[in-house]
Amino acid sequence: MNMFLATFFDINIMMQALPLLLKGAVTTLKLCAVVIICGLFGGLMLALRALSPRGWLRWGSVIYIDLFRAIPPLVLLIFVYSGLPFAGLELAPFSAVVIAFFMNNSAYFAEVFRAGINAVPKGQTEAARATGLSPTQTMIHVVLPPAIRNVLPDLLSNTVEVVKLTSLASVVSLSELLYSANMARSVTYNASPLVLAALLYLAVLWPLVRIISRYQRGLAVK
Amino acid sequence: MSQHRAMLEIHALEKRFGQTEVLKNIDLKVREGELVFVIGPSGSGKSTMLRCCNRLEEPTSGAIMIDGARITDIPRRDLDKMRLKVGMVFQGFHLYPHMTVLKNVMLAQVKALGRSKAEAEARALDMLDQVGLKHKADARPSELSGGQQQRVAIARAVALDPKVMLFDEPTSALDPELVGSVLNVMKDLRQKGMTMLVVSHEMAFAREAADRVVFMDGGYVVEQGPPEEVFGNPKSERLKAFLSRVSGTAAA
Ligand SMILES: Nc1ncnc2c1ncn2[C@@H]1O[C@H](COP(=O)(O)OP(=O)(O)O)[C@@H](O)[C@H]1O
Ligand SMILES: [Mg+2]
Repeated sequence: MNMFLATFFDINIMMQALPLLLKGAVTTLKLCAVVIICGLFGGLMLALRALSPRGWLRWGSVIYIDLFRAIPPLVLLIFVYSGLPFAGLELAPFSAVVIAFFMNNSAYFAEVFRAGINAVPKGQTEAARATGLSPTQTMIHVVLPPAIRNVLPDLLSNTVEVVKLTSLASVVSLSELLYSANMARSVTYNASPLVLAALLYLAVLWPLVRIISRYQRGLAVK
Repeated sequence: MSQHRAMLEIHALEKRFGQTEVLKNIDLKVREGELVFVIGPSGSGKSTMLRCCNRLEEPTSGAIMIDGARITDIPRRDLDKMRLKVGMVFQGFHLYPHMTVLKNVMLAQVKALGRSKAEAEARALDMLDQVGLKHKADARPSELSGGQQQRVAIARAVALDPKVMLFDEPTSALDPELVGSVLNVMKDLRQKGMTMLVVSHEMAFAREAADRVVFMDGGYVVEQGPPEEVFGNPKSERLKAFLSRVSGTAAA
């Protein structure tokens, strides 16, 4: 029992590793912020294009969404970081991660937005257009608010996925939370920093997961 | 009312969906301040005709004039301005569920007509008062009965000062006890001089309030005239058959 505690829950080692891990956590949060904000915006644009009547815009977006939902994000990341240099394009780890995960994540957000927009009855759009609102005004004031409300749990779930996804960035030596914890482990010859990292992920994600399942139960009741 | 000019004119209107020809050759005139009532079997093209009048559907050929201006050949970018002149009320109300009743009536006033918020709010409250729902201004549509929702939808359309109001079966989705309140609002509107084209099955309302009844079948206007004429002395076999089929509901 003591041995178990000393290996996984050594408080002294955890305290020692904490500054390094917090620095890593800050990088993780920055990464999440950029990927989520760009992903939300890009996803919304893609969804609007995918739903537009114009042929080539529509097909371009539909193909993008399918493609980047199907390619494993780790494959994408390693390709962007280690593959693109062969074409003369060398990216810093942070940029490579942002680009790879943006591609993956905007496709997921687009799919969520598309489902939300499709679920708004067509009569809403017609009523709005019949009062002289333009297509853009109709989208902004009439369609998007209920569409986003409908898919809020899915948007939040996707956000949780992004936070988890960023731990993959450790493979390109970006010193985010997991990478920092693994560094601390190798320096201290002790697994406690990894446990600490898991606890930090948990501290951020658990409340989110709770909110989502509560929201989904709320929707189910209604 | 025959001295009044035509507010809505439909000439040789034709509409096809792919191979199906839904409107074959429609001619119809609604004069200023007139209430024209449209009846006809389901699938005869009544909704499609109304929807051509604000170009929610694109006519295949023919011409439609609103207040003397031809709306069938204006470019797409001018559609929104044209639609301000044509109010439309749908069977399913289609209020915006995420906004209060007041905001529902204000939205297009501000965004499409360019009224100030204060002006739009004053007008919205006035319109809600006219349909007897001022006390519901801060409610959400989901808190209203169907009849109340439909009255808000009418207020939303009329607040834009349209030249013509189109009604597509405005009471068909309502419980019978709620129909009267909506019809009263429509009678009120007619009294105030609104030009109205109404598709409905409320024959009693047509007898009472319509200047003219138009019978559509198979994509044509088959017969039209004053209500007592059309209901009391139908000429075509198709109208006779239609009336005898719906007489059960007409008596109700
Ligand atoms: N968007 C559409 N595409 C194809 N067919 C349609 C469409 N809208 C209406 N129709 C067809 O046009 C005919 C007339 O429909 P409608 O105008 O709704 O009739 P009504 O309102 O008199 O019941 C119907 O047969 C219907 O199936
Ligand atoms: Mg219809």
